Amino acid sequence: MAAKAKKSRLKRVKGAGNVRLGAHVSGAHFSASDLEDIAESILKFSEADETEVEIDSTVEALTRFANNTIHQNVAEQTLNISVRAVLDGRTARATTNKIDDESLRRVAASAMSLARNEPKSPDLLPMLRQQKYHPVAHFFPATAAATPMDRARAVTRVCKMAGANKQTAAGIFSTGFVQTLLTNSKGLLARHDYTESEFSITILEEKSSGWAKANSPDVAEIDPEVLAASASRKAAASREPRELKPGHYTAILEPSAALDLVGSIFYDFSATAVMDKRSCLNDRMDRKVVGENITLWDDVYHPLQLGAPWDGEGMPRQKVLLIDHGVPKNLVYSRASAKKMKTKPTGHGFTLPNDFGEAPMNLVFGGGDSSVEKMIASTERGVLVTRLWYIREVEPYEKVLTGMTRDGTFLVEEGKISSGIRNFRFNQSVLAALSNVEMLGPAVRGAGEEAFEMVVPAMKINNFHFSEVTKF
Amino acid sequence: MQQWAEWGIETAVRRGASYADARVMDIRQRDITTKNEEVGTLVEAETLGIGIRVIVNGSWGFASTDRLTRDGVQACAAQAVAIAKASSLAKREDVGLAPENAYVDTWQNPFLKDPFRIPVERQIDLLLKANEEMLRVKGVTLAEGSMSFKRIDQLFVSSIGSSIHQIKMHSGAGIVATSFAGSEIQKRSYPNSFGGQHALQGYELVESLDLVANAQRTGEEAVELHSAVQCPEGTSTIILGGSQLGLQIHESIGHPIELDRVLGQEANFAGMSFLTTEKLRKLKYGSDIVNVVADARLEHGPGLGTFAYDDEGVPAQCTPIITDGLFTGYLSSRESASSIGEKRSGGTMRTESWNRLPMIRMTNISINPGTWSYDDLIADTDDAIFMETNRSWSIDDRRYHFQFSTEIGWEIKGGKKGRMIKNPSYSGITTEFWNSCDAICSREHWTLWGTPNCGKGQPMQTMGTGHGASPARFRNVKIGVAFSK
Repeated sequence: MAAKAKKSRLKRVKGAGNVRLGAHVSGAHFSASDLEDIAESILKFSEADETEVEIDSTVEALTRFANNTIHQNVAEQTLNISVRAVLDGRTARATTNKIDDESLRRVAASAMSLARNEPKSPDLLPMLRQQKYHPVAHFFPATAAATPMDRARAVTRVCKMAGANKQTAAGIFSTGFVQTLLTNSKGLLARHDYTESEFSITILEEKSSGWAKANSPDVAEIDPEVLAASASRKAAASREPRELKPGHYTAILEPSAALDLVGSIFYDFSATAVMDKRSCLNDRMDRKVVGENITLWDDVYHPLQLGAPWDGEGMPRQKVLLIDHGVPKNLVYSRASAKKMKTKPTGHGFTLPNDFGEAPMNLVFGGGDSSVEKMIASTERGVLVTRLWYIREVEPYEKVLTGMTRDGTFLVEEGKISSGIRNFRFNQSVLAALSNVEMLGPAVRGAGEEAFEMVVPAMKINNFHFSEVTKF
Repeated sequence: MQQWAEWGIETAVRRGASYADARVMDIRQRDITTKNEEVGTLVEAETLGIGIRVIVNGSWGFASTDRLTRDGVQACAAQAVAIAKASSLAKREDVGLAPENAYVDTWQNPFLKDPFRIPVERQIDLLLKANEEMLRVKGVTLAEGSMSFKRIDQLFVSSIGSSIHQIKMHSGAGIVATSFAGSEIQKRSYPNSFGGQHALQGYELVESLDLVANAQRTGEEAVELHSAVQCPEGTSTIILGGSQLGLQIHESIGHPIELDRVLGQEANFAGMSFLTTEKLRKLKYGSDIVNVVADARLEHGPGLGTFAYDDEGVPAQCTPIITDGLFTGYLSSRESASSIGEKRSGGTMRTESWNRLPMIRMTNISINPGTWSYDDLIADTDDAIFMETNRSWSIDDRRYHFQFSTEIGWEIKGGKKGRMIKNPSYSGITTEFWNSCDAICSREHWTLWGTPNCGKGQPMQTMGTGHGASPARFRNVKIGVAFSK
């Protein structure tokens, strides 16, 4: 048992109306002991051979603005109680957000009932006992305490700035915090509390736009006015965009654009994807597939990365070298895929049961020392890209992706930005792109819209295929 | 449910809201997947909570909670009011709402078999049998199947006196065969990619798909694609299968007609639209045979966009979107309809769950059937590529330029279906493409396809939409660019 339930606490969860919300931070939905009590009750109610309980308590708020005014402003408190039962070599999951005794009994019984009615799983392993985890610190009280007024004041300032520039602002400012608990009937108990904040802004002019985005667990790290000023400059600099013929260009991808392009390769490093023969790394491990200047890790402990230090089963996450100077060296493994491939798990498994096994979710690219300005200065003719949009996989083995440029695309001529240009569609193999990287910037925490956040540098890529052009 | 909603409305109004509505939603979901004759995912989920939306000082606020005690709901309503007051800091003008009546009603979509009453063992067994059939085909390296079911029990209550109880049952299922050989990964899905077919129906939908009987052919086509002819690059006539045309409608008609995009409210994320308001009833969107409707009514069919009332209490409607090729209508809400001077909302506000704000979403955006039989259309086509089942899709943030690729294609030569084509793709500009449509198949070839994974909004919401379509022919379309070097 993870923690002995005190009688008084167990009493609280007998009916939703009796729950006292002993919050450990301002505005918290449930306290840490409330979550442990809920988990403890489920473990007590469960009649399965083994039982795992994961609970997420989330408090999030998001202020959304457009046309220089706030048009949506929302807040939510949610609880997700997820129970996995193991019964005679079978496993299934049931979830609820109801915390009365009857509902907790039902969710435990439901997971067991589902498991009872499926065939045995040959890959199922016993649940883990208590593990040791490296501490990570991603909780910032000031972020958890941010109010609608705090967000509204910041938004008001950037909207006024846009209005003064005869521009139009749209975007979001969000803050929130999540408390996560993972426990099981074998004695494992893991907790991870974290805060999150994000600011994203698009500045529009009649025929152009600019964009900037940042996120951090510490809202003090977010400077809406700096981001707004950057987006504003891009919108102004790309007025009256020219139409450039499609073709192969040197592309300078700012970190957000690089992130959304290269982020697509994360699942290819899954051992299960390789076993399923749907990874672009099938028959390519230990062979040079991208340029020697490309090195990639998965590292949840990197100072610019976020996330719990355990995986879906509670295995401690390890730092894994995925690509070493252009050569894919390692995959990541869940416990089940490690057993199948006769190696050790790396702590990257998803919650069970699932089809996909595992994936590296905390990518960290090795960077260089070339600033975007240096990349521009060294380019005779090329395209500077702020961000990419609507990226989809066209061909999975060569990893050909399609997508659009958006919100700030520029022609670079003779070492300088010469004008804004209309947005391009690209059809580009990621493997080929990473083989043609001429310069790398310092790796930063990138924020995009298509891939999850990673630590990634700006990239100057030769021979990038912009296949068609749109009308703006 | 009624009591919780009323606590929320009363508190919001007492604290100064000039308008308030509340949605209580109780959602149950079951997801099953199988892979290579083993169960992958087996999950049941339930969630219950309330979302309260208010207008205070002419600005919006929204808060949601799953603490369904009197204190919890009242605190949620008070938070919504406080948020609205904060919103008013950056207000330029007061929110206006198009008028709407109050309704007290109860509605449930018809279905024959409750999927939650079908033993899960039987559902798993069906998927495993389909997996087995696909894996019998030499060269299939991965066989997958999925089923998903959702029951949404929801109550809408508003300060203008509406109280609307709706129950919706969604079902969906599909299979996929993947084949890796040499340096190529090919796959085929049945009856559609991305989870198969989905509809506002019960388990009878799954039974009607006959997954097991279609599994072997699905596997064979995945393997055969390796030796098929590569899609050429150039300009060609194309015929799109119904499910691909459904996604074409979704991306190049459904999204650009969302009035919140047109008015700039999605500029930072989902993007805007080329369909600016001066184009209404003036733009030639498509050829004369193109007629598209947004129809949420049950008589349109059991689509993922079918309901009796939207999530701000407006009755389901049929809005003509393209009439004989002319652009004639938007998807709207009470607020957006008011802002462009329309008399009434089109009834398209929808929310993913109780903790999300309703926003303008597609309902069933469907192209009306044409007059052609499928056989006559093929016989009438001299040189074309028939493209079927979506593989990838992408469109710019104003919805002008798109590129799609499909899982499979066939040459049409001299009025006959010929060789299989691999890696088919096409691209174009939205209005040019729809104006090149010169033939649409008839009602007997028309299917109301379900798209379960439409993402929009911040925080992101995933919504199911419906798209009725039959195979259609388009002239002078750019093909093969996706694979050009």
